[in-house]
Amino acid sequence: MELLDNLALGFSTAFMIQNVLYCFVGVLLGTAVGVLPGIGPTATVAMLLPITFSFEPVTALIMLAGIYYGAQYGGSTTAILINLPGESSAAVTALDGHEMARQGRAGAALAAAAIGSFIAGTVATVVLAVAAPPLARVALKFGPAEYFSLVLLGLIVSITLARGSTLKALAMIALGVLFGTVGQDIYTGTPRFVFGQRELYGGIDFVSVAVGMFGVAEILRNLENEQTRTAVISKVKNLWPTREDRRRMIAPILRGTGLGAALGVLPGGGHVLASFASYAVEKRVSKRPQEFGRGAIEGVAGPESANNAAAQTSFIPLLTLGLPAHPVMALMVGAFIVHGITPGPNVITDEPALFWGLIASMWIGNVLLVLLNLPLIGVWVRMLRIPYQVLFPMIILFAAIGTYSLEFNAYDVYAIAFFGILGYILIKCGCEPAPLLLGFVLGPLLEENLRRALIISRGDASVFLTRPISAVLLALAVAALVVAVLPAIRRRREVVFTEDE
Amino acid sequence: MERRRSFPDVLAGGVFVLIGGAFVVGALGYELGTPLRMGPGAFPALVGAAVITLGLAIVIKGFIAGEVVSFGPIPWRAVAVIVLAVLFFGFTVEGLGFVPTSAVTALLTTLASSRVRLLTAVAVAAGLTVAGTLIFVIGLQLRIPLWGPWLGF
Repeated sequence: MELLDNLALGFSTAFMIQNVLYCFVGVLLGTAVGVLPGIGPTATVAMLLPITFSFEPVTALIMLAGIYYGAQYGGSTTAILINLPGESSAAVTALDGHEMARQGRAGAALAAAAIGSFIAGTVATVVLAVAAPPLARVALKFGPAEYFSLVLLGLIVSITLARGSTLKALAMIALGVLFGTVGQDIYTGTPRFVFGQRELYGGIDFVSVAVGMFGVAEILRNLENEQTRTAVISKVKNLWPTREDRRRMIAPILRGTGLGAALGVLPGGGHVLASFASYAVEKRVSKRPQEFGRGAIEGVAGPESANNAAAQTSFIPLLTLGLPAHPVMALMVGAFIVHGITPGPNVITDEPALFWGLIASMWIGNVLLVLLNLPLIGVWVRMLRIPYQVLFPMIILFAAIGTYSLEFNAYDVYAIAFFGILGYILIKCGCEPAPLLLGFVLGPLLEENLRRALIISRGDASVFLTRPISAVLLALAVAALVVAVLPAIRRRREVVFTEDE
Repeated sequence: MERRRSFPDVLAGGVFVLIGGAFVVGALGYELGTPLRMGPGAFPALVGAAVITLGLAIVIKGFIAGEVVSFGPIPWRAVAVIVLAVLFFGFTVEGLGFVPTSAVTALLTTLASSRVRLLTAVAVAAGLTVAGTLIFVIGLQLRIPLWGPWLGF
């Protein structure tokens, strides 16, 4: 019954008029951003972060969360209509969704995505409400040694999810941790790597890194080959799926929701993994696997549900442990801190209205998404016609203004250029930017807890192995590393074998 | 799979070694401390060493069995113009004020596209400056002067 009381508190907070309004604004902006190719949710949340500074904390967080899951959702619209996934997790949706659109069933595909997302969002919100409080209670018992091991585990798990080479992902994480050390040392106050510039004493702002690596670098990628986007947009009609479609949607939606809710907790892009996993599962259990890739509605409903469920449950590690599982969650950490709240297990007891209000607002946001998207589909389709020549200068200018307004520090703006170029080079070399960002955010936590744990244990490094929870977490980290490296080893073996023959 | 060199791998590894190395050199200039009381230099030195090691591993792998990554063309014009625009913004926003700085930054950025026409560029820059002023200065009440002290009024 405690849960019901808490949810009642949450809904009374979330239903306050300004909260519903900004939830709506967030979802609307998020969808718009998700629809527009070339600007992802990370860059948008980074740009819009300063806007929310003047709000009440709960309103600010509700709006930022709305942008995040709105963008997840908007990405699927473009994936279905023009085969251009706005977000990486929508790439799977494009496979069958766009095929359906070409067969004149765009309406059914969009409806499957909307209904699936709504059901998944609802279930995942309940999962979040049920799972978060006990986890937060466990987390309260964590000392510095446990936190160190937990952060390390989080960083390593994020590699297993990254595409491409394990080695590069590890290097990106370590590089991010390294950039996180710029600024004054927490224990001694010594300024580190500041080149005598007082402006750097506070460290590099996270927003600069996010905007540079995800905004500027992406724009440079898009300017490599400029072509007019030929958007052949299919007419959307018959939004309501047929009875046959509805029957075929139910099981994939439920399976997708389960998969997504479980995988969303993992750091480093659980929602991408969730949508891919759901697609694979649906294809395997289907009686008609040959239809996949040729417009199977299961291939839209499953991954879309998984994606949205994961988007909701990725708030669990943030709200209970203070660990961001996704670059957007890392920005949410920034938003919490700006409002004087340290994200972590204490939020639930110290700020119950904020905690439960945020959770309740996610459900309201999901309702708004359905209401917004199905009738407004024509507006989103028209937005696709905005030329890129208008779009990218807007992103750059607003990013510069937004970043500057954080601290009125010109170095934050210079850092955008630096990380834009660095990110562009590294992405071109096959490195993914997300691990660097996670490393950057979690690096200071890693250092602080490492040093504190060693002070408490009087310099005895074995403390990480003798404390049971810490030891288990470290063992899991090692296991995750082995799993990440294994496929590479196996592939190399196969190569060796084929060469022998 | 034949053994092949991968330029992007070697480049990426090189970047890691370079940055890691710079941080290690810097970190050694600070106090390292003891395990009990780690100094400010210890953690960056450790992580920097890890970055160098990983970078070297990537370079070596790049020479023996590199990943196939197509490097593709580099839009030099866009890189130069966008970096210039961002640096210009940071450098002048306080002195010139919001409106002139935004206008120049937006105009420079539009020139990053090789297919832009001057008229379009001016129109986009003007539109973005007006939109930016309305949203950030008037709507959100950012404390940035519209016209800065360098302009003399």
